[in-house]
Amino acid sequence: MSSVNEKIVYMDNNATTMVAPEVVDAMMPYLTDLYGNPSSMHTFGGQVGQAVSGAREKVAHILGADPEEITFTSCGTESDSTAILSALRTLPEKRHVVTTRIEHPAVKSLCDNLETLTGHKYKVTRLKVDAEGMIDMGEYEAALTDDTAVVSVMWANNETGNIYPVEKMASMAKERGILFHTDAVQAVGKIPIDLQKLDIDFLSLSGHKLHAPKGVGVLYIKRGTLFVPFLTGGHQENGRRGGTENVASIVGLGRACDLAAENMENENSRVRQLRDKLEEGLLAAVPNSRLNGHKTLRLPNTANISFEFVEGEAILLHMNQHNICASSGSACTSGSLEPSHVLRAMGVPFTAAHGSIRFSLSVYNSEEEVDYIIEKMPPIIELLRKMSPFWKGK
Amino acid sequence: MWEYTDKVQQHFLDPQNVGEVENPSGTGDVGSLACGDALKLTLKVDENDIITDAKFKTFGCASAIASSSVLTEMVIGMSIDEAAKITNEDIAEALGGLPKEKMHCSVMGREALEAAIADYRGLILPMAEGEVVCECFGVTDLDIIRAINESNLRSVEEITNFTKAGGGCGKCEDRLREILRETVGGKSEVPPSVAKPKRMTALQKIKKIEGVLEKEVRPGLRKDGGDIELIDVDGDFVTVSLRGACKSCKKSQTTIKEYVEKKLRELVLDSLIVEEEN
Repeated sequence: MSSVNEKIVYMDNNATTMVAPEVVDAMMPYLTDLYGNPSSMHTFGGQVGQAVSGAREKVAHILGADPEEITFTSCGTESDSTAILSALRTLPEKRHVVTTRIEHPAVKSLCDNLETLTGHKYKVTRLKVDAEGMIDMGEYEAALTDDTAVVSVMWANNETGNIYPVEKMASMAKERGILFHTDAVQAVGKIPIDLQKLDIDFLSLSGHKLHAPKGVGVLYIKRGTLFVPFLTGGHQENGRRGGTENVASIVGLGRACDLAAENMENENSRVRQLRDKLEEGLLAAVPNSRLNGHKTLRLPNTANISFEFVEGEAILLHMNQHNICASSGSACTSGSLEPSHVLRAMGVPFTAAHGSIRFSLSVYNSEEEVDYIIEKMPPIIELLRKMSPFWKGK
Repeated sequence: MWEYTDKVQQHFLDPQNVGEVENPSGTGDVGSLACGDALKLTLKVDENDIITDAKFKTFGCASAIASSSVLTEMVIGMSIDEAAKITNEDIAEALGGLPKEKMHCSVMGREALEAAIADYRGLILPMAEGEVVCECFGVTDLDIIRAINESNLRSVEEITNFTKAGGGCGKCEDRLREILRETVGGKSEVPPSVAKPKRMTALQKIKKIEGVLEKEVRPGLRKDGGDIELIDVDGDFVTVSLRGACKSCKKSQTTIKEYVEKKLRELVLDSLIVEEEN
């Protein structure tokens, strides 16, 4: 096992991913020789413009969309803000937003601000989730009103990996003339998506979650959906997003989307098996541990496990000693003093919420790494439990 | 990732005196699972009031474990009176410092020590009698006032870093500000809420602009053989026309922006934009 010990065992892919070597290769020319501006009239810039178009086609392909429905942005957060604010601007008479309690901060904070910073001009309904983190469709239906402008529900949750029925939810919104946005940052590349068949108006994705670099995102805007830009300026992106294109990263994202399409099968078979092995191995090896999230309606790469009576940051720092990278929903790691809003919305007891560890795999993980973690985790938890005043076991 | 000192790392990875003293002379039990950290400190005290042994059990992050560990090392060998003087700052210092967001871990150490000493002496802690200000973390006004005085806190954010109060739902923020004001009086560095610019009617604004141009701007321009005339005020946009020597001056744009606009922003409204008539 020592061979693994010397390198990083990276199981924090819902935070960010390794840039795939193929992606780096695709990007390099645009960081060196091909530095032209895609908007230029000369061939030197024009060929760069063609590369951006090529990337647009590749992104469209993995989403089952048309290239003209793809707008490049700087990140998932920008895409989220752009979509929701555009929806509100194109439906100015409507003042109601429907979302969930388990959204990523990119959507959560924006919705909070829509209420507080506008002096409660907008009303936000945040759908509850059950103990497994799932939404009640009856509650959703009841939340849609004539005043609702837009619904924003994530496709898959970053902490638990739970997958939400956005296809059905989008259709229900459309029937009532309500726009539908989904933050699909965690879903794209991990599960098949075919937007041409769906009633989703806006979809956000982020490059660095699928082995492209940080600093590039996409907003899908369904053809025919009214749109008001968030970032105005030049005529780039068909007037939908001002600012000179982040060419190299866009090209990288195109390549990453091709790779993700090729790896989709691997992700849903081999990665899923690795994840299952890790999950079952840890739950079996560590008493008083539990899975957070839905057992089956979940991304193939994510396992969120709580180790009761111990605290997440302490666990992570011990894991760090073994070069294992993961995340926690504990208060000490959330940047606030309370544990993750997702786990709290699910009603995960404090005994477990503070000790939650999220393992998120990628196609680059191996079975050897899974075995290594299953070997290293139980002694860490045992050590910390011995120190815990709440642990009554042996 | 937190930046922990080597000392914190050392006490976290190899904590000293983990466990519980058998038949303890004093026990301090603070924090809770809900709060995310808790510490049970047990002391053995001999007949001369000297602490002969100390052990801890901690649920919490690396800095909570390190604070507990270093605390046990500090108190063993001390008299109860000496130990009673230990502050959270002493604990943080023994660790070579803690990130400011983690100072509450050192406060937890001091609270546990205090509780254990009170238990040994058979006293009831006054802290338990205060009024609960932060319901999320069960922090009383007495806890907060003490932290403000001991650690010289000057903002609500600092209070949260040290006591956790206000770190949950945030509803007690106003009360924290009040306590801070009452406790430190005039020493507070809390910025007074910036006075909102008074709303003026369009007419009042025009009159004020005219007044400033007349009294403050025109005399200066006239000295150089120029003049200025107000053409229009539309919202924050002020259109003016330069006359005389100023009209043909190459630096007219500088005059408008650096002189006229600056004056109007200073004396009328800081959002005004001055433009020259085409």
